[in-house]
Amino acid sequence: MGILSTYGLRLARKRWRIRAFRKRRELAPMVSRVGDIRPGAILLFSTLRNEKIRLPYFLQYYRALGINHFLIVDNGSDDGSREYLAEQPDVSLWTTGASYKRARFGVDWLNWLQMRHGHGHWTLVVDPDEFFVYPFCDTRPLRALTDWLDASSIKSFPAMLLDMYPRGPISAQPYREGQDPFEIASWFDSGNYAITRNSRYGNLWIQGGPRARVFFPDLPERAPALNKIPLVKWHRDYAYVSSTHMLLPRGLNLVYDEWGGEKASGVLLHAKFIDTFAAKAEEEMTRGQHYAASHEYRAYRDGLQASPDLWCKWSEKYINWRQLEILGLMSKGNWA
Amino acid sequence: MSVGFVMLCHTAFDRAAQVARHWSRQGCPVVIHVDRRVKAATYRKFTRDLAGEADIRFAPRFACEWGTWGLVAATQAAAELMLRDFPQVSHVCLASGSCLPLRPVSELAAYLAARPGTDFIESVTTEDVGWTVGGLNIERFTLRFPFSWRKNRRLFDDYVRLQRRVGFRRRIPAGLAPHLGSQWWCLTRESLTAILQHPRRAEFDRYFQRVWIPDESYFQTLVRLVSTRIESRSLTLHKFDFQGKPHIFYDDHLQLLRKSDCFVARKVWPQADRLYRAFLSPHAGAQQAAEPNPGKIDRLFARAVERRTKGRAGLYMQSRFPNPAWENAMSAAPYSVFQGFSDLFENFETWLGKAAGVRVHGHLFAPARVEFAGGDTSYNGALSDSAALRDYNPRSFLTNLLWNTRGERQCFQYGPADSQKILPFLMRDPQAQISVITGAWAVPLFRASLDFPEIRKEAARLQKIEAAQVDLLRLPAVKARLRIWSLAEFVEDPMTPLQDILDEINPRAGRRLTEAPRMADLAGFGQFLQNLRNQGMQPVLMGDFPAGDDPRPTTTRRGRPYLVK
Repeated sequence: MGILSTYGLRLARKRWRIRAFRKRRELAPMVSRVGDIRPGAILLFSTLRNEKIRLPYFLQYYRALGINHFLIVDNGSDDGSREYLAEQPDVSLWTTGASYKRARFGVDWLNWLQMRHGHGHWTLVVDPDEFFVYPFCDTRPLRALTDWLDASSIKSFPAMLLDMYPRGPISAQPYREGQDPFEIASWFDSGNYAITRNSRYGNLWIQGGPRARVFFPDLPERAPALNKIPLVKWHRDYAYVSSTHMLLPRGLNLVYDEWGGEKASGVLLHAKFIDTFAAKAEEEMTRGQHYAASHEYRAYRDGLQASPDLWCKWSEKYINWRQLEILGLMSKGNWA
Repeated sequence: MSVGFVMLCHTAFDRAAQVARHWSRQGCPVVIHVDRRVKAATYRKFTRDLAGEADIRFAPRFACEWGTWGLVAATQAAAELMLRDFPQVSHVCLASGSCLPLRPVSELAAYLAARPGTDFIESVTTEDVGWTVGGLNIERFTLRFPFSWRKNRRLFDDYVRLQRRVGFRRRIPAGLAPHLGSQWWCLTRESLTAILQHPRRAEFDRYFQRVWIPDESYFQTLVRLVSTRIESRSLTLHKFDFQGKPHIFYDDHLQLLRKSDCFVARKVWPQADRLYRAFLSPHAGAQQAAEPNPGKIDRLFARAVERRTKGRAGLYMQSRFPNPAWENAMSAAPYSVFQGFSDLFENFETWLGKAAGVRVHGHLFAPARVEFAGGDTSYNGALSDSAALRDYNPRSFLTNLLWNTRGERQCFQYGPADSQKILPFLMRDPQAQISVITGAWAVPLFRASLDFPEIRKEAARLQKIEAAQVDLLRLPAVKARLRIWSLAEFVEDPMTPLQDILDEINPRAGRRLTEAPRMADLAGFGQFLQNLRNQGMQPVLMGDFPAGDDPRPTTTRRGRPYLVK
């Protein structure tokens, strides 16, 4: 890495931060309880639109893990999400009617909120359909992980996105509010992930899973990226570059070992493919607010019409994190 | 007689107080040292917490930066206080605020009483130490370390390098043999008194103030001067990871800790409620005279270190993506690649599956689709048979397949008509067994009913690709187990090479081949090649097939085919 490209990345990082700073005006604080955030609190940042049906389980899941405060941007919900979140005692809520796409799919908004409130805290950035799983998550709270990361001088923790899907057509089993979505979407692809290294940012680029297998078998380069680094000990100088796929400074992206060993890592279980998906895909298609002209959602719609079942006979049924670690999707590293 | 505990605390004071109270209520005096850098208010609250306890004292405070003299000074002061205030104490154990007693103190006292006059302190000469961080052993004693390793790593390293280059050495005081060992010891009153009241203590202290990490060497070295009996091991269960920081115990280690029969464990996560509840309850412990046996915990942590440093062979994932040559095995298991065999033999795949008991795929890298065994459209791990997905990242495709099917040997067909992007990986991989019959691609062409100009064109294309392959496979960088025959060479004596290949796949089977695969009928093949020549092409890779002289397998044995590596 030459001096020039290092400097280029530095400028890029500043640009993203200035952009986030400018976009702050799009956010209107609705309920702010940020005064309740104590030093050392673990914070969750999320941006959402019309996810009311998912929110009760989402909050319950992350409260149980040990999230102390939720900082959420509501992008124009009209299904009661906003009112529901406003009532929660540990949620600070911002609203905006501005364009999701022009805020780089919410990254600018969250970069700003993290810059403002995340400095010095462990911050977890997830969507309402992403559920963080890490080694020993059934016996040790998130605080045990962040304490260990602190003691090991590790600043960022990876968790790749694992698409979960039901057996049979996606819309066959209706999801009830408050239900564990993985009672329905309990299957996943265990070993079809393609990995390359991104030399500019130093992160790995992972694609594959059911979305590549069913929706993009002929256009694999268009399959969505699954690598994510959602848990970071935030510093106000940091910035997410594209979703939570990569960060700057680029050292934060070095979450993998290059010398044969395994670093610790987790998984984000992705509960996208439940019965709410069809309606969501239709809505996003018409709004056109998603990545690359929503070609992803177009592929989903066409793919689902052709074959509404993501399940195949090699699909694995989810049991627990130990299963994911044995399958090599995540690792305990040297945490024992 | 009783055991006294010196506790060094700098954080998690609730837990430290809990443990101190636990010990003092069982009749063990406790002297607590609190790091001077801890805030006054926190310190006041902590002392207030423990104010009512008769056998708890607070020692004068020193600033304890990691790796510096402060820790030793603190220990000395606290130990002196212990010896002065509690004459009944016969042994002193050094513990930290994050230590947790696993067995009742009465068992520890009984254990010590059964081994009178013994000092339990890990004490190893610098030549025999393998664990030190930063690679400094004897140099800890002979160099100067004015810069903090934690805060000014750069300066620290540069200064060490400078001293090495200049050849600077401190003199070790006469009579001292430097020893290193765990900071957590248990010494007899006599030994500890002898160290603290040693006539040369001022000299020793002056020397050790400039030694790096003196808390791992001061008592460990001096005890050799005064002790009559040293057991060089620590009674405190503690493990270090590959960076030299202690492993931490959590609630889910409860059973392991119970079964370890150790007396004290370090270090425990302050919020491990279940551990503190279980081991500090009055009824805890009933093992009697069991010998400490941390074997299981040792293995658990050793495995963790191995996972972190070596990882699982052949696994590529989000937190393990080795650079080339650092993979510790490029793929998860040995596998076999056959080129030309399914062209020459009509039933090669079924025959091989039966003869060797392995999984035999068709052409995994065929241009149209992935030919998984049995014609499946998907395979283990939900691998898709889409050629586009495979060719997007052929290396991930193959390593995924081998990882997903570990435990079952995989074989597949390969050839010049297949996607060639994977070949550089195959040739570099020592796990690959590659067997090539060059020119065998001509057999299906010979038997096909195509226009001859088309055949000629295809033959030229395949020969060009295979020639490039063979050139690649002869490079010195090839690490695969490689066998190459020309078609002519192979048909003359097919059984010997086949036997060799099977023996390598299944070294212990020791079976002789009884059933050979069925070879395609080659009558007229020599003439076919001659026709190609007549059309202006030069088929060379299949070896020598004179026109009109039909090859027939003979039983005479010729020399073995050459084996590269």
